[in-house]
Amino acid sequence: MRISPKVAQILAVAVLGAATLLTLVVLVFVIVFVLVKGLPGVTWQFLSTAPLDMGKSGGIFPTLVGTVLLPLLAIAIALPLGVGTSVYLTEYTRENRFTQALRFGTDCLAGIPSIIFGLFGFIFFVVMLRMGWCLLSGALTLAIMVLPTIIRTSEEAIRAVPNAYREVSFSLGATRWETVLRVVLPNALPGIVTGVILGIGRSIGETAAVIFTAGSSLRMPTTVFDSVRTMSVHFYILAREGISNENAYATAAVLIISVLLINLVAYTMMHRFIAKRAK
Amino acid sequence: MKLNGESVAKGVLSLVAFSALASLLLIAVFIFKEGFPFMLKVGVNDFLFSSTWNPQAGQYGIYPMIVASLYVTFGAMLIGAPLGIAGAIFMNEFLPRSVMRIIKPTIELLAGIPSVVFGFLGVMVLAPFIRAHLGGPGLSVLAASIILGVMVLPTVISISTDAIGAVPNSYREGALALGATRWQSVYMVTIKAARSGIIASVILAMGRALGETMAVIMVAGNTVKIPHAVTDPVRTLTANIALEMSNATGMAREALFATGVVLFVVIMILNAIAMSAIKGAGGRK
Repeated sequence: MRISPKVAQILAVAVLGAATLLTLVVLVFVIVFVLVKGLPGVTWQFLSTAPLDMGKSGGIFPTLVGTVLLPLLAIAIALPLGVGTSVYLTEYTRENRFTQALRFGTDCLAGIPSIIFGLFGFIFFVVMLRMGWCLLSGALTLAIMVLPTIIRTSEEAIRAVPNAYREVSFSLGATRWETVLRVVLPNALPGIVTGVILGIGRSIGETAAVIFTAGSSLRMPTTVFDSVRTMSVHFYILAREGISNENAYATAAVLIISVLLINLVAYTMMHRFIAKRAK
Repeated sequence: MKLNGESVAKGVLSLVAFSALASLLLIAVFIFKEGFPFMLKVGVNDFLFSSTWNPQAGQYGIYPMIVASLYVTFGAMLIGAPLGIAGAIFMNEFLPRSVMRIIKPTIELLAGIPSVVFGFLGVMVLAPFIRAHLGGPGLSVLAASIILGVMVLPTVISISTDAIGAVPNSYREGALALGATRWQSVYMVTIKAARSGIIASVILAMGRALGETMAVIMVAGNTVKIPHAVTDPVRTLTANIALEMSNATGMAREALFATGVVLFVVIMILNAIAMSAIKGAGGRK
Protein backbone atom coordinates (compact mmCIF):
# COMPACT_ATOMS: atom_id res chain seq x y z
CA MET A 1 0.00 0.00 0.00
CA ARG A 2 1.33 3.42 -0.87
CA ILE A 3 1.08 6.18 1.65
CA SER A 4 -0.15 9.38 0.09
CA PRO A 5 2.37 12.25 0.07
CA LYS A 6 0.13 14.33 2.31
CA VAL A 7 0.00 11.64 5.00
CA ALA A 8 3.74 11.05 4.66
CA GLN A 9 4.30 14.76 5.20
CA ILE A 10 2.24 14.77 8.40
CA LEU A 11 3.93 11.61 9.68
CA ALA A 12 7.40 12.97 8.92
CA VAL A 13 6.76 16.25 10.68
CA ALA A 14 5.39 14.40 13.71
CA VAL A 15 8.34 12.00 13.94
CA LEU A 16 11.01 14.64 13.31
CA GLY A 17 9.35 17.05 15.70
CA ALA A 18 9.15 14.40 18.40
CA ALA A 19 12.84 13.58 17.95
CA THR A 20 13.80 17.24 18.25
CA LEU A 21 11.65 17.65 21.33
CA LEU A 22 13.17 14.52 22.91
CA THR A 23 16.68 15.85 22.29
CA LEU A 24 15.89 19.17 23.92
CA VAL A 25 14.09 17.54 26.84
CA VAL A 26 16.99 15.18 27.58
CA LEU A 27 19.63 17.90 27.42
CA VAL A 28 17.62 20.32 29.50
CA PHE A 29 16.80 17.53 31.98
CA VAL A 30 20.54 16.96 32.55
CA ILE A 31 21.03 20.58 33.55
CA VAL A 32 17.85 20.98 35.59
CA PHE A 33 18.41 17.70 37.45
CA VAL A 34 21.94 18.63 38.48
CA LEU A 35 20.93 22.16 39.49
CA VAL A 36 17.94 21.01 41.52
CA LYS A 37 20.00 18.40 43.36
CA GLY A 38 23.13 20.49 43.65
CA LEU A 39 22.17 24.14 44.20
CA PRO A 40 20.89 23.71 47.79
CA GLY A 41 24.40 22.58 48.72
CA VAL A 42 26.10 25.59 47.12
CA THR A 43 26.59 28.10 49.91
CA TRP A 44 29.19 30.76 50.45
CA GLN A 45 30.84 28.45 52.94
CA PHE A 46 30.94 25.62 50.39
CA LEU A 47 32.71 27.90 47.90
CA SER A 48 35.12 29.48 50.33
CA THR A 49 36.39 26.66 52.55
CA ALA A 50 38.73 23.75 51.96
CA PRO A 51 37.43 20.17 51.66
CA LEU A 52 37.58 18.10 54.85
CA ASP A 53 38.09 14.37 54.97
CA MET A 54 38.90 13.99 51.22
CA GLY A 55 35.80 15.96 50.30
CA LYS A 56 33.27 14.11 52.45
CA SER A 57 32.49 17.43 54.04
CA GLY A 58 33.73 20.99 53.80
CA GLY A 59 33.93 23.08 50.64
CA ILE A 60 35.73 23.23 47.33
CA PHE A 61 37.88 26.36 47.59
CA PRO A 62 41.24 24.87 46.48
CA THR A 63 39.58 23.23 43.47
CA LEU A 64 38.10 26.60 42.48
CA VAL A 65 41.60 28.04 42.58
CA GLY A 66 42.86 25.14 40.44
CA THR A 67 39.97 25.60 38.01
CA VAL A 68 40.87 29.27 37.55
CA LEU A 69 44.65 28.89 37.39
CA LEU A 70 44.96 25.89 35.10
CA PRO A 71 42.88 27.17 32.16
CA LEU A 72 44.38 30.67 32.46
CA LEU A 73 47.91 29.30 32.31
CA ALA A 74 46.95 27.02 29.42
CA ILE A 75 45.50 29.98 27.49
CA ALA A 76 48.56 32.11 28.25
CA ILE A 77 50.62 29.43 26.51
CA ALA A 78 48.22 28.65 23.66
CA LEU A 79 47.16 32.21 22.78
CA PRO A 80 50.46 33.51 21.31
CA LEU A 81 50.97 30.23 19.44
CA GLY A 82 47.42 30.12 18.11
CA VAL A 83 47.15 33.77 17.11
CA GLY A 84 50.67 33.66 15.64
CA THR A 85 49.71 30.64 13.54
CA SER A 86 46.54 32.27 12.25
CA VAL A 87 48.33 35.57 11.48
CA TYR A 88 50.92 33.62 9.53
CA LEU A 89 48.27 31.65 7.65
CA THR A 90 46.19 34.69 6.74
CA GLU A 91 48.64 37.57 6.36
CA TYR A 92 51.98 36.08 5.39
CA THR A 93 51.35 33.20 2.99
CA ARG A 94 49.12 32.15 0.17
CA GLU A 95 47.39 28.79 0.13
CA ASN A 96 49.91 26.12 -0.79
CA ARG A 97 51.00 22.60 0.17
CA PHE A 98 52.63 23.94 3.31
CA THR A 99 49.59 25.77 4.64
CA GLN A 100 47.46 22.75 3.74
CA ALA A 101 49.74 20.58 5.88
CA LEU A 102 49.44 23.05 8.78
CA ARG A 103 45.66 23.09 8.47
CA PHE A 104 45.54 19.31 8.27
CA GLY A 105 47.66 19.11 11.43
CA THR A 106 45.29 21.49 13.22
CA ASP A 107 42.22 19.49 12.18
CA CYS A 108 43.80 16.21 13.29
CA LEU A 109 44.83 17.69 16.62
CA ALA A 110 41.23 18.80 17.17
CA GLY A 111 40.01 15.22 16.76
CA ILE A 112 42.36 13.55 19.25
CA PRO A 113 40.48 12.30 22.33
CA SER A 114 41.43 13.79 25.66
CA ILE A 115 42.70 10.52 27.11
CA ILE A 116 45.43 10.49 24.43
CA PHE A 117 46.39 14.03 25.48
CA GLY A 118 46.52 12.72 29.03
CA LEU A 119 48.79 9.82 28.05
CA PHE A 120 51.07 12.12 26.09
CA GLY A 121 51.21 14.80 28.77
CA PHE A 122 52.01 12.16 31.35
CA ILE A 123 54.85 10.50 29.46
CA PHE A 124 56.30 13.73 28.02
CA PHE A 125 55.87 16.48 30.62
CA VAL A 126 55.42 14.49 33.83
CA VAL A 127 57.89 11.64 33.26
CA MET A 128 60.37 12.60 30.56
CA LEU A 129 60.84 16.27 31.40
CA ARG A 130 60.59 15.32 35.10
CA MET A 131 58.10 18.05 35.86
CA GLY A 132 55.92 15.72 37.90
CA TRP A 133 52.15 16.15 38.30
CA CYS A 134 51.82 19.90 38.42
CA LEU A 135 50.03 23.01 37.27
CA LEU A 136 52.55 23.55 34.46
CA SER A 137 52.35 19.97 33.09
CA GLY A 138 48.57 20.22 33.06
CA ALA A 139 48.57 23.68 31.48
CA LEU A 140 50.99 22.65 28.71
CA THR A 141 48.84 19.61 27.93
CA LEU A 142 45.64 21.68 27.91
CA ALA A 143 47.35 24.34 25.80
CA ILE A 144 47.96 21.79 23.04
CA MET A 145 44.39 20.61 23.38
CA VAL A 146 42.80 24.05 22.94
CA LEU A 147 45.28 25.21 20.30
CA PRO A 148 43.07 24.14 17.34
CA THR A 149 40.07 26.06 18.75
CA ILE A 150 42.15 29.21 19.12
CA ILE A 151 43.74 28.89 15.68
CA ARG A 152 40.35 28.36 13.97
CA THR A 153 38.45 31.16 15.69
CA SER A 154 41.25 33.70 15.31
CA GLU A 155 41.74 32.76 11.66
CA GLU A 156 38.05 33.38 11.02
CA ALA A 157 38.18 36.65 12.93
CA ILE A 158 41.24 37.85 11.01
CA ARG A 159 39.76 36.87 7.67
CA ALA A 160 36.64 38.90 8.54
CA VAL A 161 38.68 42.13 8.80
CA PRO A 162 37.95 43.98 5.52
CA ASN A 163 40.87 44.23 3.11
CA ALA A 164 40.31 47.95 2.73
CA TYR A 165 41.61 48.42 6.30
CA ARG A 166 44.90 46.78 5.36
CA GLU A 167 45.19 48.74 2.13
CA VAL A 168 44.75 52.05 3.93
CA SER A 169 47.42 51.07 6.41
CA PHE A 170 49.85 50.03 3.64
CA SER A 171 49.17 53.22 1.69
CA LEU A 172 50.15 55.22 4.78
CA GLY A 173 53.53 53.53 4.64
CA ALA A 174 53.04 50.91 7.37
CA THR A 175 54.85 47.61 7.03
CA ARG A 176 53.00 44.31 7.10
CA TRP A 177 53.85 43.66 10.74
CA GLU A 178 52.78 47.16 11.76
CA THR A 179 49.53 46.61 9.90
CA VAL A 180 48.99 43.31 11.70
CA LEU A 181 49.67 44.85 15.11
CA ARG A 182 47.79 48.15 14.73
CA VAL A 183 45.00 47.35 12.31
CA VAL A 184 44.29 43.64 11.84
CA LEU A 185 44.58 42.32 15.39
CA PRO A 186 42.64 45.14 17.12
CA ASN A 187 39.80 44.66 14.64
CA ALA A 188 39.84 40.88 15.03
CA LEU A 189 40.00 41.07 18.82
CA PRO A 190 36.38 40.17 19.64
CA GLY A 191 36.65 37.03 17.51
CA ILE A 192 39.95 36.05 19.09
CA VAL A 193 38.51 36.57 22.57
CA THR A 194 35.62 34.28 21.64
CA GLY A 195 38.13 31.53 20.87
CA VAL A 196 39.87 32.15 24.18
CA ILE A 197 36.62 31.86 26.10
CA LEU A 198 35.66 28.66 24.29
CA GLY A 199 39.10 27.28 25.14
CA ILE A 200 38.64 28.18 28.80
CA GLY A 201 35.23 26.49 28.81
CA ARG A 202 36.68 23.31 27.35
CA SER A 203 39.57 23.32 29.85
CA ILE A 204 37.25 23.72 32.82
CA GLY A 205 35.17 20.71 31.81
CA GLU A 206 38.15 18.52 31.00
CA THR A 207 39.00 15.61 33.26
CA ALA A 208 40.94 12.84 31.51
CA ALA A 209 43.76 15.04 30.23
CA VAL A 210 44.06 16.91 33.53
CA ILE A 211 44.03 14.10 36.07
CA PHE A 212 47.17 12.46 34.59
CA THR A 213 49.13 15.67 34.18
CA ALA A 214 48.12 18.13 36.91
CA GLY A 215 47.39 15.43 39.48
CA SER A 216 44.76 15.75 42.15
CA SER A 217 46.35 17.33 45.22
CA LEU A 218 43.94 19.22 47.44
CA ARG A 219 46.59 21.56 48.82
CA MET A 220 46.72 25.16 47.63
CA PRO A 221 49.37 25.57 44.94
CA THR A 222 52.18 28.05 45.63
CA THR A 223 54.19 27.61 42.41
CA VAL A 224 53.49 26.24 38.93
CA PHE A 225 55.32 23.07 39.98
CA ASP A 226 52.66 22.19 42.57
CA SER A 227 49.94 19.71 41.81
CA VAL A 228 46.37 21.05 41.65
CA ARG A 229 42.91 19.53 41.53
CA THR A 230 40.31 21.16 39.31
CA MET A 231 36.57 21.09 39.99
CA SER A 232 36.01 18.49 37.25
CA VAL A 233 38.64 16.18 38.73
CA HIS A 234 37.30 16.75 42.24
CA PHE A 235 33.77 15.98 41.08
CA TYR A 236 34.97 12.85 39.28
CA ILE A 237 36.76 11.59 42.38
CA LEU A 238 33.83 12.38 44.68
CA ALA A 239 31.38 10.61 42.37
CA ARG A 240 33.53 7.68 41.31
CA GLU A 241 34.78 6.77 44.75
CA GLY A 242 31.37 7.39 46.27
CA ILE A 243 32.83 9.83 48.80
CA SER A 244 29.81 12.10 49.01
CA ASN A 245 26.95 12.31 46.55
CA GLU A 246 25.73 15.50 48.17
CA ASN A 247 29.01 17.31 47.64
CA ALA A 248 29.33 15.77 44.18
CA TYR A 249 25.99 17.27 43.13
CA ALA A 250 26.89 20.66 44.59
CA THR A 251 30.27 20.62 42.80
CA ALA A 252 28.56 19.58 39.56
CA ALA A 253 26.13 22.49 39.92
CA VAL A 254 28.98 24.99 40.27
CA LEU A 255 30.78 23.33 37.35
CA ILE A 256 27.75 23.43 35.04
CA ILE A 257 26.91 27.02 35.88
CA SER A 258 30.48 28.15 35.21
CA VAL A 259 30.74 26.32 31.90
CA LEU A 260 27.32 27.45 30.66
CA LEU A 261 27.99 31.07 31.63
CA ILE A 262 31.35 30.99 29.87
CA ASN A 263 29.88 29.47 26.71
CA LEU A 264 27.02 31.96 26.80
CA VAL A 265 29.44 34.88 26.95
CA ALA A 266 31.46 33.40 24.07
CA TYR A 267 28.34 32.89 22.01
CA THR A 268 26.98 36.40 22.52
CA MET A 269 30.36 37.90 21.70
CA MET A 270 30.63 35.87 18.53
CA HIS A 271 27.13 36.93 17.52
CA ARG A 272 27.81 40.62 18.12
CA PHE A 273 31.04 40.29 16.16
CA ILE A 274 29.32 38.66 13.20
CA ALA A 275 26.46 41.18 13.29
CA LYS A 276 28.91 44.09 13.32
CA ARG A 277 30.85 42.68 10.38
CA ALA A 278 27.72 41.97 8.38
CA LYS A 279 26.76 45.66 8.41
CA MET B 1 65.96 48.85 11.34
CA LYS B 2 62.34 48.67 10.33
CA LEU B 3 62.99 46.12 7.59
CA ASN B 4 64.87 44.08 10.14
CA GLY B 5 61.95 43.98 12.53
CA GLU B 6 59.75 42.93 9.67
CA SER B 7 61.85 39.90 8.79
CA VAL B 8 62.16 38.93 12.46
CA ALA B 9 58.35 39.01 12.74
CA LYS B 10 57.96 36.86 9.67
CA GLY B 11 60.60 34.40 10.86
CA VAL B 12 59.06 34.03 14.32
CA LEU B 13 55.56 33.65 12.91
CA SER B 14 56.59 30.96 10.46
CA LEU B 15 58.10 29.04 13.38
CA VAL B 16 55.04 29.53 15.57
CA ALA B 17 52.83 28.34 12.72
CA PHE B 18 54.35 24.89 13.16
CA SER B 19 53.09 24.58 16.73
CA ALA B 20 49.92 22.61 15.99
CA LEU B 21 51.51 20.28 13.45
CA ALA B 22 54.57 19.82 15.67
CA SER B 23 52.38 19.00 18.69
CA LEU B 24 50.48 16.44 16.65
CA LEU B 25 53.71 14.78 15.53
CA LEU B 26 55.13 14.91 19.05
CA ILE B 27 52.03 13.21 20.43
CA ALA B 28 52.09 10.54 17.72
CA VAL B 29 55.81 9.89 18.21
CA PHE B 30 55.56 9.54 21.98
CA ILE B 31 52.47 7.34 22.00
CA PHE B 32 53.99 5.08 19.35
CA LYS B 33 57.45 5.07 20.93
CA GLU B 34 55.97 3.88 24.23
CA GLY B 35 53.41 1.50 22.83
CA PHE B 36 54.56 0.10 19.52
CA PRO B 37 57.67 -1.85 20.66
CA PHE B 38 55.46 -3.49 23.26
CA MET B 39 53.00 -4.59 20.59
CA LEU B 40 55.82 -6.20 18.64
CA LYS B 41 57.18 -7.86 21.79
CA VAL B 42 53.84 -9.41 22.73
CA GLY B 43 52.89 -9.99 19.11
CA VAL B 44 50.39 -7.76 17.36
CA ASN B 45 48.05 -10.68 16.85
CA ASP B 46 48.13 -11.78 20.50
CA PHE B 47 47.71 -8.22 21.68
CA LEU B 48 44.71 -7.47 19.49
CA PHE B 49 42.95 -10.83 19.44
CA SER B 50 43.64 -12.65 22.67
CA SER B 51 40.93 -12.40 25.29
CA THR B 52 42.88 -12.51 28.54
CA TRP B 53 43.88 -9.22 30.12
CA ASN B 54 45.94 -9.95 33.21
CA PRO B 55 48.99 -7.67 33.42
CA GLN B 56 50.15 -9.29 36.68
CA ALA B 57 50.48 -12.63 34.88
CA GLY B 58 51.94 -11.05 31.77
CA GLN B 59 48.82 -11.58 29.64
CA TYR B 60 47.91 -8.60 27.55
CA GLY B 61 44.95 -9.33 25.27
CA ILE B 62 42.75 -6.32 24.53
CA TYR B 63 40.20 -8.15 22.37
CA PRO B 64 37.35 -7.79 24.91
CA MET B 65 38.06 -4.07 25.15
CA ILE B 66 38.05 -3.68 21.37
CA VAL B 67 34.70 -5.47 21.17
CA ALA B 68 33.36 -3.35 24.04
CA SER B 69 34.45 -0.09 22.40
CA LEU B 70 32.84 -1.15 19.13
CA TYR B 71 29.55 -2.15 20.81
CA VAL B 72 29.33 1.00 22.90
CA THR B 73 30.22 3.27 19.98
CA PHE B 74 27.78 1.50 17.68
CA GLY B 75 25.06 1.71 20.34
CA ALA B 76 25.73 5.41 20.82
CA MET B 77 25.38 5.95 17.07
CA LEU B 78 22.10 4.01 17.00
CA ILE B 79 20.74 6.56 19.46
CA GLY B 80 22.63 9.73 18.62
CA ALA B 81 22.65 9.63 14.81
CA PRO B 82 18.91 9.29 14.06
CA LEU B 83 17.91 11.68 16.84
CA GLY B 84 20.53 14.24 15.87
CA ILE B 85 19.87 14.09 12.13
CA ALA B 86 16.11 14.24 12.71
CA GLY B 87 16.64 17.29 14.92
CA ALA B 88 18.82 18.98 12.32
CA ILE B 89 16.30 18.37 9.53
CA PHE B 90 13.37 19.51 11.63
CA MET B 91 15.08 22.69 12.79
CA ASN B 92 16.22 23.63 9.29
CA GLU B 93 13.21 22.67 7.22
CA PHE B 94 10.14 22.81 9.42
CA LEU B 95 10.81 25.43 12.06
CA PRO B 96 10.62 29.19 11.53
CA ARG B 97 14.05 30.87 11.45
CA SER B 98 13.29 32.78 14.64
CA VAL B 99 12.68 29.58 16.64
CA MET B 100 15.75 27.91 15.17
CA ARG B 101 17.85 30.90 16.18
CA ILE B 102 17.03 30.07 19.79
CA ILE B 103 17.19 26.28 19.70
CA LYS B 104 20.46 25.85 17.81
CA PRO B 105 22.57 27.94 20.20
CA THR B 106 20.86 26.24 23.15
CA ILE B 107 21.96 22.86 21.87
CA GLU B 108 25.46 24.11 21.12
CA LEU B 109 25.64 25.55 24.62
CA LEU B 110 24.83 22.11 25.94
CA ALA B 111 27.87 20.72 24.14
CA GLY B 112 29.81 22.36 26.95
CA ILE B 113 28.37 20.19 29.72
CA PRO B 114 31.42 18.34 31.10
CA SER B 115 31.47 14.63 30.30
CA VAL B 116 31.85 13.67 33.96
CA VAL B 117 28.46 15.23 34.64
CA PHE B 118 26.84 12.99 32.02
CA GLY B 119 28.61 10.01 33.55
CA PHE B 120 27.35 10.89 37.01
CA LEU B 121 23.76 11.17 35.79
CA GLY B 122 24.22 7.79 34.15
CA VAL B 123 25.20 6.32 37.50
CA MET B 124 22.52 8.05 39.54
CA VAL B 125 19.53 7.87 37.18
CA LEU B 126 20.05 5.56 34.22
CA ALA B 127 21.87 2.60 35.78
CA PRO B 128 19.32 2.10 38.60
CA PHE B 129 16.53 2.28 36.01
CA ILE B 130 18.15 -0.38 33.82
CA ARG B 131 18.86 -2.58 36.85
CA ALA B 132 15.24 -2.37 37.98
CA HIS B 133 13.57 -2.87 34.61
CA LEU B 134 15.93 -4.90 32.44
CA GLY B 135 18.05 -6.73 35.01
CA GLY B 136 21.82 -7.02 35.19
CA PRO B 137 24.04 -4.71 37.22
CA GLY B 138 22.76 -1.55 35.54
CA LEU B 139 26.22 -0.32 34.62
CA SER B 140 26.32 -1.80 31.14
CA VAL B 141 26.72 -1.56 27.37
CA LEU B 142 23.21 -0.12 27.24
CA ALA B 143 23.84 2.57 29.86
CA ALA B 144 27.10 3.61 28.18
CA SER B 145 25.46 3.68 24.75
CA ILE B 146 22.61 5.88 25.94
CA ILE B 147 24.88 8.32 27.77
CA LEU B 148 27.29 8.54 24.81
CA GLY B 149 24.38 8.81 22.39
CA VAL B 150 23.13 11.86 24.26
CA MET B 151 26.62 13.31 24.56
CA VAL B 152 27.25 13.23 20.79
CA LEU B 153 23.88 14.85 19.96
CA PRO B 154 25.26 18.42 19.86
CA THR B 155 28.04 17.33 17.48
CA VAL B 156 25.64 15.58 15.10
CA ILE B 157 23.08 18.37 15.20
CA SER B 158 25.51 21.24 14.85
CA ILE B 159 27.43 19.84 11.85
CA SER B 160 24.33 18.39 10.11
CA THR B 161 22.49 21.70 10.55
CA ASP B 162 25.35 23.53 8.86
CA ALA B 163 25.36 21.01 6.01
CA ILE B 164 21.59 21.24 5.48
CA GLY B 165 21.67 25.03 5.79
CA ALA B 166 24.29 25.16 3.06
CA VAL B 167 21.97 23.53 0.50
CA PRO B 168 20.92 26.32 -1.89
CA ASN B 169 17.30 27.38 -1.54
CA SER B 170 16.78 27.06 -5.28
CA TYR B 171 17.02 23.24 -4.88
CA ARG B 172 14.07 23.26 -2.48
CA GLU B 173 12.13 25.73 -4.58
CA GLY B 174 12.70 23.56 -7.64
CA ALA B 175 11.27 20.52 -5.88
CA LEU B 176 8.32 22.46 -4.48
CA ALA B 177 7.58 23.99 -7.90
CA LEU B 178 7.37 20.47 -9.33
CA GLY B 179 4.55 19.78 -6.89
CA ALA B 180 6.50 17.97 -4.18
CA THR B 181 5.32 18.27 -0.57
CA ARG B 182 7.76 19.77 1.87
CA TRP B 183 8.76 16.33 3.14
CA GLN B 184 9.28 15.03 -0.39
CA SER B 185 11.54 17.95 -1.16
CA VAL B 186 13.44 17.22 2.06
CA TYR B 187 14.11 13.55 1.53
CA MET B 188 14.42 13.57 -2.22
CA VAL B 189 16.47 16.74 -2.62
CA THR B 190 17.80 18.43 0.53
CA ILE B 191 19.08 15.34 2.35
CA LYS B 192 20.75 14.05 -0.81
CA ALA B 193 22.47 17.39 -1.37
CA ALA B 194 23.63 17.59 2.27
CA ARG B 195 24.61 13.92 2.41
CA SER B 196 28.38 14.30 2.81
CA GLY B 197 28.03 16.81 5.62
CA ILE B 198 25.55 14.60 7.45
CA ILE B 199 27.81 11.57 7.07
CA ALA B 200 30.75 13.64 8.33
CA SER B 201 28.78 14.66 11.41
CA VAL B 202 28.07 11.01 12.23
CA ILE B 203 31.67 9.93 11.71
CA LEU B 204 32.99 12.79 13.85
CA ALA B 205 30.47 11.82 16.53
CA MET B 206 31.71 8.26 16.27
CA GLY B 207 35.24 9.46 16.98
CA ARG B 208 33.90 11.38 19.99
CA ALA B 209 32.08 8.34 21.35
CA LEU B 210 35.05 6.05 20.80
CA GLY B 211 37.42 8.49 22.50
CA GLU B 212 35.22 9.44 25.45
CA THR B 213 36.70 8.22 28.69
CA MET B 214 35.45 9.55 32.00
CA ALA B 215 31.72 9.23 31.34
CA VAL B 216 32.25 5.70 30.06
CA ILE B 217 34.28 4.64 33.08
CA MET B 218 31.44 5.76 35.29
CA VAL B 219 28.60 3.96 33.49
CA ALA B 220 30.02 0.96 31.61
CA GLY B 221 30.88 -1.23 34.61
CA ASN B 222 34.50 -1.87 33.55
CA THR B 223 34.50 -5.70 33.64
CA VAL B 224 36.99 -7.15 31.15
CA LYS B 225 34.67 -9.61 29.44
CA ILE B 226 33.11 -9.99 26.03
CA PRO B 227 29.47 -8.96 26.59
CA HIS B 228 26.64 -11.33 25.66
CA ALA B 229 23.74 -8.99 26.37
CA VAL B 230 23.25 -5.23 26.31
CA THR B 231 22.85 -5.34 30.09
CA ASP B 232 26.36 -6.82 30.60
CA PRO B 233 29.08 -4.58 32.00
CA VAL B 234 32.08 -3.91 29.74
CA ARG B 235 35.43 -2.12 29.77
CA THR B 236 36.29 0.02 26.74
CA LEU B 237 39.77 0.78 25.39
CA THR B 238 39.70 4.30 26.81
CA ALA B 239 38.48 3.09 30.22
CA ASN B 240 41.26 0.52 30.28
CA ILE B 241 43.89 3.23 29.83
CA ALA B 242 42.46 5.59 32.42
CA LEU B 243 41.68 2.94 35.04
CA GLU B 244 45.12 1.36 35.12
CA MET B 245 47.29 4.40 34.40
CA SER B 246 47.66 5.49 38.01
CA ASN B 247 49.32 2.33 39.24
CA ALA B 248 50.86 0.77 36.15
CA THR B 249 54.63 0.54 35.71
CA GLY B 250 56.99 -1.19 33.27
CA MET B 251 55.34 -3.63 30.89
CA ALA B 252 51.87 -2.88 32.19
CA ARG B 253 52.28 0.81 31.41
CA GLU B 254 53.64 0.04 27.96
CA ALA B 255 50.53 -2.08 27.40
CA LEU B 256 48.37 0.97 28.13
CA PHE B 257 50.31 3.05 25.62
CA ALA B 258 49.87 0.23 23.10
CA THR B 259 46.13 0.47 23.79
CA GLY B 260 46.53 4.20 23.12
CA VAL B 261 48.19 3.40 19.78
CA VAL B 262 45.17 1.34 18.69
CA LEU B 263 42.81 4.13 19.73
CA PHE B 264 44.93 6.82 18.07
CA VAL B 265 45.08 4.99 14.75
CA VAL B 266 41.35 4.20 14.62
CA ILE B 267 40.37 7.77 15.51
CA MET B 268 42.78 9.28 12.99
CA ILE B 269 41.24 7.10 10.28
CA LEU B 270 37.71 8.16 11.30
CA ASN B 271 38.72 11.84 11.32
CA ALA B 272 40.38 11.57 7.93
CA ILE B 273 37.18 10.09 6.46
CA ALA B 274 35.08 12.83 8.06
CA MET B 275 37.41 15.58 6.85
CA SER B 276 37.39 14.36 3.27
CA ALA B 277 33.58 14.09 3.41
CA ILE B 278 33.34 17.70 4.61
CA LYS B 279 35.79 18.80 1.94
CA GLY B 280 33.75 16.99 -0.70
CA ALA B 281 30.64 18.79 0.54
CA GLY B 282 32.43 22.16 0.46
CA GLY B 283 33.79 21.58 -3.03
CA ARG B 284 30.43 20.85 -4.56
CA LYS B 285 28.68 23.96 -3.34
